[in-house]
Amino acid sequence: MSGSVTELGFRLARQEGWNQSPVIERDTDTEQLEVAMGPHHPSTHGVFRMNVTLEGERIVRLKPVFGYLHRNHEKLGEGNSYLASMPYTDRLDYFCSLTNNWAYALAVEKLAGQAVPERAEYLRVILAELTRVQNHASAVGFLIQDMGASGTPLMYAFREREKILDLFESLTGSRMMCNYMRFGGCRVDASTEWLDRARTVVAGLPAFADEFEALLCKNEILMARTQGTGVLRPELAINAGVTGPMLRASGVNYDIRKVDHYGIYDRFSFKVPLGDHWDVYDRFMIRLLELRESVKILEQALKDIPAGPVMDPKAKIRGFRPKPGEAYGRIEAPKGELGFYLISDGGPDPYRYRVRPPSLINLTVLEDMCLGQNVADVVLILGSVDIVLGEVDR
Amino acid sequence: MKTVEEIRAAIEAGVPGAGVEIVPNPGPAAQHSLLLDPERAVEVAIFLRDDPELALDFLSNVTGVDWLDKEISEKVKVTHQVTKTVNGVEQTVDESAEEVRKHVVPGYLEVVYHLYSMAKKDGGPVVLRMRTRNRTDKVELPSMTSIWRSAEFQEREVFDLYGVVFKGHPDLRRILMWEGFKDHPMRRDYVEPDDFEYEPTAHDAVLTRAKTHHEADAAKGEGQ
Amino acid sequence: MLGEGILKGLAETAKNFAGSYVSKERLTTVQYPEERIPTAENARVFPFLVFDGKDWESGLRCVACQICEKECPPKCIYIEKSKDKKPDYVGKPQFYPARFDIDVSVCMSCQICVEVCPFEAIKMNTEFELATDDRFGGLLLDRHKLAQSNEYYHKIHPTEAAEVDARLAEEKAKTEAKAKAAAAAAAAKASAAAAAPKPAESATEKLAEPPAKAAESESKQGGGGQ
Repeated sequence: MSGSVTELGFRLARQEGWNQSPVIERDTDTEQLEVAMGPHHPSTHGVFRMNVTLEGERIVRLKPVFGYLHRNHEKLGEGNSYLASMPYTDRLDYFCSLTNNWAYALAVEKLAGQAVPERAEYLRVILAELTRVQNHASAVGFLIQDMGASGTPLMYAFREREKILDLFESLTGSRMMCNYMRFGGCRVDASTEWLDRARTVVAGLPAFADEFEALLCKNEILMARTQGTGVLRPELAINAGVTGPMLRASGVNYDIRKVDHYGIYDRFSFKVPLGDHWDVYDRFMIRLLELRESVKILEQALKDIPAGPVMDPKAKIRGFRPKPGEAYGRIEAPKGELGFYLISDGGPDPYRYRVRPPSLINLTVLEDMCLGQNVADVVLILGSVDIVLGEVDR
Repeated sequence: MKTVEEIRAAIEAGVPGAGVEIVPNPGPAAQHSLLLDPERAVEVAIFLRDDPELALDFLSNVTGVDWLDKEISEKVKVTHQVTKTVNGVEQTVDESAEEVRKHVVPGYLEVVYHLYSMAKKDGGPVVLRMRTRNRTDKVELPSMTSIWRSAEFQEREVFDLYGVVFKGHPDLRRILMWEGFKDHPMRRDYVEPDDFEYEPTAHDAVLTRAKTHHEADAAKGEGQ
Repeated sequence: MLGEGILKGLAETAKNFAGSYVSKERLTTVQYPEERIPTAENARVFPFLVFDGKDWESGLRCVACQICEKECPPKCIYIEKSKDKKPDYVGKPQFYPARFDIDVSVCMSCQICVEVCPFEAIKMNTEFELATDDRFGGLLLDRHKLAQSNEYYHKIHPTEAAEVDARLAEEKAKTEAKAKAAAAAAAAKASAAAAAPKPAESATEKLAEPPAKAAESESKQGGGGQ
């Protein structure tokens, strides 16, 4: 299963540059089969299609096709005011609506030079880390389900996720489409009762992580299938703009929470786990380790959250017109670097509204990781990239 | 991270005659950008990536922007000579009048690149811009895919939604819209098609537009 | 031993399986629709219009300012203003919506209409079992279907409704106090003018009357509304 393309019986036909996708061929003259995996497929994490060319069971060529969920989010953003785009950002990466909200709020606050009060920053961190916990648990659950474990680890992850979604519902009003962050803070304040409930949920998370790891990490079938599959070299990962857990599993120490010092992440001590072998097993383990780090951040934030307002008094809800200019704001979303690029012309609507989708850019190297692997491994490798089509297509 | 002026100076030193200008960014974000000349852009990009001081190895975001043609009208005072009778004598006299002159500033398509350094892990984005000559026929720009692979899908998206043709891109075809789709949807002057399916909607703004289309079709059918 | 990891995993699954007979935490399935989990207090599904008192039409708080229509992101609200005015809870004559439609098949429950409404007239409902087989009008709620009483609002969102009532009562008290002060000032002027020459008297008396009448009518309405 491991080894370079040449070891697996293929030879390199051509490669335009060290960072471009190689074209491989087999020595023997066998018939190639072109299969479309998706868009209607249970394991492609959404309406996602991969045109794979197969020689027997091995992949010779893989071209991803998407756009089936394109909802012209960016054009809508140009026609709507800044506030009206906020509920639409919920629907980009629909698993992690609060981090999408935060990224957009951060970009607009950069554009307008808006300050955020301290309690709102703490609430943002708490909600973002809760989002990260439930996203990583679900991502691992879906990956294991794609491997054939028909839902058991997924449902264990969903059990914890339900607790977190109940917290979201009682604070923001909705389980998934939270629409909670505003430019200058958060929409409503969290009561002490909510914070106590959050502390109870967070206290139960280490036990869940232990149980999850005991169920999965030493499983021989899992190890045999994922170790050595879908190797991504770090130089290629950096050059291809891969970010998030996929980049850190390739050994590159780049976490935007540590690099950009946005929000108040400097006040919390947490580690950034890195991978050694750059394969699917590393990506899976990285997500579980990051889940534990997020729990650490949550414990610290829930302990230290100060009293105060959650909305800057100078912030405007209606009639918000930032001065002409542009800004690019980014955060470490659970899937990678989520950035928003806004150009303002002084009016109530942005002139250009662009979402930098981590899932799309992480897919750039899907072909490189899958070449020479078996068809069955493609599903695993795609699961380890952790895409959400809402973000890829917008 | 270096300021825009320092980066520009470094580029001038590394790639002489590169013709890089600074585009200031008004507003509080202060993310100023560098405007590249499309002829020398690839050399500048290679320099930015490989320079040990800057080490901008991570291309984060590629965005397309559409700037429409602008019609500027200004009032100009024009003097011309007129023959008039003054005090019963015909003379040529200078008379000044105000004229409104209009001229069109051609629009262009712009591609904006945001770069960071994973090796140095410092500071804000380095923003590069490239502009096409106009929006109609001169829409070619060099592709950055051979330098930063992350541009591959994003440049395809800019081609799909704006129409910028990237020279040197390994696989330039539509990515979000389907093959065979005409026109470029994110342009500011894009007109949406209104041949929706016939179905009553709540307040019929959509229905009236669809109906005009269907009535035209029905009339055509009857005429035949 | 080969298979140790799998056995450990099976032990975990067995623990969960056996535990689901014993502890509620392990068995999290809710047999919907026979069983239902109570919705959280802050849950939001689709908007509704609040009315005070018994009659939904005259007690509707909405004054058809159309701010929610403008701010709604998917533009699912459609309002037609009335031509005449009716008094609101402080007695000031206001427009009312002759037509107020929300297309809930378009509404995305973002709650921006609630946030921007200056009159506390539109709030979020928690009813989500709205499936209907009328494809073309069944999910278009007109103002009669949208109108729910203030008591209903207290039932579904007690803390929020209590806060809103407190705010409205405070505003009403402020306007009443202002009106009383204006009446007292006018009365003072009238008595000062009574000492002054005659022709001015009738004019100031006329001025003194309407504020007093307004104070009377709003106290009547205040009693009826609560």
